[in-house]
Amino acid sequence: MTNYQNDTITKTKVTPLDDTPDWTFDLLGQYQNEIARVADFYRLDTYTNQIEVITAEQMMDAYASVGMPIGYSHWTFGKKFIQTEQNYKRGQMGLAYEIVINSSPCISYLMEENTLTMQALVMAHACYGHNSFFKGNYLFKSWTDASSIIDYLLFAKNYIAQCEQKYGISEVEATLDACHALMSHGVDRYKRPQKISLDEELKRQTERAEYLQSQVNALWRTVPKKEQQQNENKYKFPSEPQENILYFIEKNAPLLKPWQRELVRIVRKISQYFYPQKQTQVMNEGWACFWHYTILNHLYDEGLVTDKFMLEFLHSHTNVVAQPEYNSKYYSGINPYALGFNMFIDIRRICEHPTEEDKEYFPEIAGSNWVDTVHFAMENFKDESFISQYLSPKLIRDFKLFHIHDDSDHNYVEIGAIHNEQGYKKVRQNLANQYNLSNLEVNIQIIDANIDGDRALTLRYTPHNGVELGDSKDEVLKHLHYLWHFDVKIVQEATAGEDKVIACCPQKDKDD
Amino acid sequence: MANFIDRRLNSKNKSTVNRQRFLRRYKNQIKKSVSEAINQRGVTDIESGESIVIPKRDLSEPTFHQGGGGIKDRVHPGNDQFSTGDKIPRPPKQQGQGAGEGDASNSGEGEDDFTFSISKEEYLNLLFEDLELPNLEKNQLDKLIEYKTVRSGFCAEGVASNIDIVKSLQGSIARRIAMTSSKRKKLKELEQALLTLNSDKHDNIQQKRAIVTEIDLIKGKIAKVPFIDTFDLRFRNYAKQAVPTSKAVMFCLMDVSGSMDQATKEMAKRFYILLYLFLSRTYKNIDVVYIRHHTQAKEVNEHEFFYSQETGGTIASSALELMNEIICERYNDSQWNIYGAQASDGDNWADDSPRCQTILEQQILPKSRYFSYIEITQRAHQTLWKHYQQVEQSHNNFAMQHIKSVADIYPVFRELFKKSTRSAA
Repeated sequence: MTNYQNDTITKTKVTPLDDTPDWTFDLLGQYQNEIARVADFYRLDTYTNQIEVITAEQMMDAYASVGMPIGYSHWTFGKKFIQTEQNYKRGQMGLAYEIVINSSPCISYLMEENTLTMQALVMAHACYGHNSFFKGNYLFKSWTDASSIIDYLLFAKNYIAQCEQKYGISEVEATLDACHALMSHGVDRYKRPQKISLDEELKRQTERAEYLQSQVNALWRTVPKKEQQQNENKYKFPSEPQENILYFIEKNAPLLKPWQRELVRIVRKISQYFYPQKQTQVMNEGWACFWHYTILNHLYDEGLVTDKFMLEFLHSHTNVVAQPEYNSKYYSGINPYALGFNMFIDIRRICEHPTEEDKEYFPEIAGSNWVDTVHFAMENFKDESFISQYLSPKLIRDFKLFHIHDDSDHNYVEIGAIHNEQGYKKVRQNLANQYNLSNLEVNIQIIDANIDGDRALTLRYTPHNGVELGDSKDEVLKHLHYLWHFDVKIVQEATAGEDKVIACCPQKDKDD
Repeated sequence: MANFIDRRLNSKNKSTVNRQRFLRRYKNQIKKSVSEAINQRGVTDIESGESIVIPKRDLSEPTFHQGGGGIKDRVHPGNDQFSTGDKIPRPPKQQGQGAGEGDASNSGEGEDDFTFSISKEEYLNLLFEDLELPNLEKNQLDKLIEYKTVRSGFCAEGVASNIDIVKSLQGSIARRIAMTSSKRKKLKELEQALLTLNSDKHDNIQQKRAIVTEIDLIKGKIAKVPFIDTFDLRFRNYAKQAVPTSKAVMFCLMDVSGSMDQATKEMAKRFYILLYLFLSRTYKNIDVVYIRHHTQAKEVNEHEFFYSQETGGTIASSALELMNEIICERYNDSQWNIYGAQASDGDNWADDSPRCQTILEQQILPKSRYFSYIEITQRAHQTLWKHYQQVEQSHNNFAMQHIKSVADIYPVFRELFKKSTRSAA
């Protein structure tokens, strides 16, 4: 009897949650519960949330360590910290409201200064948006292991600290500098890395160090018998070009010490861990924005949050997903939050209210269940494929996207396509390419290590669309030389004729 | 499911190590910036921190990235005037120069230099790095005349106010255990015997009574052992320990005769301030005595020292005599570390210079830690310099340097206090 009465009361009159500006842990808990309930309703599958409240200063620390909750010591993080601190103190930048880490449990940082509304927004955004993306997207599933990353970072930090004590800060720093320079070339793109727990990592570490060293020695123990020498000259190493430069160094650099190999490995692993995040920026942010927007609106429809709350929320939300136009002074490329958010909203629109145009462009999703469709989109794509699959003509018109073709041979740039019937596909294709990492990162591979001769290492740069290799190549080469210890050079692949040497270290005198 | 963790009270200086690493890494650039700054900044704000400027290119971390040239296809939002096939002049370089999108937007502000602040301590550390006070170790232990009282364990005798309660009670427990252990052992045996007798089916009244009497006797004995005894008492012991004196006095001697203009005085002042800062890193208390002289010497306050005008000839020995008098009167050289710094433009009455040499060699240098002479002049050296050169050859706590312009001060200062390898030899 009493139960029945309670039920009728809650159905007819819902008491909204408190909307005071100042948050308390009690209130955070209440909002969290409601958000979790709605997230569950929309089938968001997440890792357990670990929500940490931190101060602005701690947020700057988190910034400096580029999103790693436990970072090893290195000057570049000090530089980032000083930069952040300096900018923040001068008021040139605000701090992000949150940082979220792809780990299990999923750690999100909330800043102390946020109002209650902001904390609710951030929880919906990070703890349910990003979190479910980390757990659901195929790249994260196959390339990162959320449960072991914290352990691995801890291992890395301790190991590097140990090395500093044993071998001196300067040695370790030089090695790490060299690794950092090649960090984006320490990624496997086509192979599934194995999952390793901390215990196993520690256990294997010593073994591996010894084994690797012995292998390297064996590799270089080439005091060939004279008859065999001619045959051996034909032997090419590596047998196929290697694009994972750090991996090649770790396994094959002749004079690296075992601990240096381990450092190379650590940097490589961390680079690999962040690789999926680079490829899914638009989707990841779009997904998180889409869900904080959807979840909080859902709560508003239920009467759980007040008008006051919604106005503050919409104000922040609008700022986040704003896209300045190309001629605005605030323009700095396409805002991934804006593009991603609008694409997911647009997918929902196509599902719920398809137009004739949508039916023509998206026959398979027009009119389908929107929750199924957005989950499918989140799980199975990366930025590049997501855009080429789902960018609708309507969105191209809304954003007034246009394509510029810039050929350095001409002294003008050409408009390749605009937001009209003829241009949709071309704009979409070009925008998708813009997020294709293999177009953005340079294609540079190790082609020869000359193990029978002077052990000179040769890398080949294959230009994409005739774009030159950037200026700092000589500096990077110095770092590579530090790791390899013998001559290194880069050749540029020529469309016709011989490959041309574009950089080498140590530098040969140009007069010779 | 969610767990809330309040991390606000955790340490916030996670990045301190990395900041130190950064300073360490760019020490050379920072030092350069510091030594440039010392000549530019005002005399009075010399104790604050410093903002450091490092060219951004020195800090950049190289990567393989795309450079210029070639074909680039870009999509932008907000088309307001273009149609397909439009040819427009290439806009001035604003983006896309560098590692694609990411870099262009991050460094879009176009700042050329990396500027940040270091604290006063960091600043002074860098400023005075690799410098040391000469003759410090050698002399310091000779002159141990100051004592401080330090704790040195415990003793059995002392005044009541020094009783250490914990130690005393520990002693009491130990004594009581020691004095009663054999009795307790006996007691245990007797009680055991009594127990066996009780369980015996015979009465054994006689035996029981004997045992009970003995038990009472032993219990009484145990009870008689006093709870605390004078034997237990422990007193905190104190000892006098000699400490090296950490008081220093710095004598600033300056020629204020007509030939010294304001600019020269300003240079001397900078030198004195550097010296003062440097001494303050070693000594807790520093007295500064200002002596100015023309033909007569006079002890004055700081403002008068630097800013009041006087004219007249120059007799440098008058200042040295006054310094010696003040040392004898007020700064006993067994208690004070005495430093002298003399600044002059080199002018001196020719007959007076040998006298300066004598006073220095016989009176002042034996009592001083260090005496430095700087000559601020553009002209050729005169008699005073020549006589001082003789002093320098025979005394290793005397140094002299020549300053021509403001920019020389800091290098000269470094030269004077450079960590010497000879002291190690």
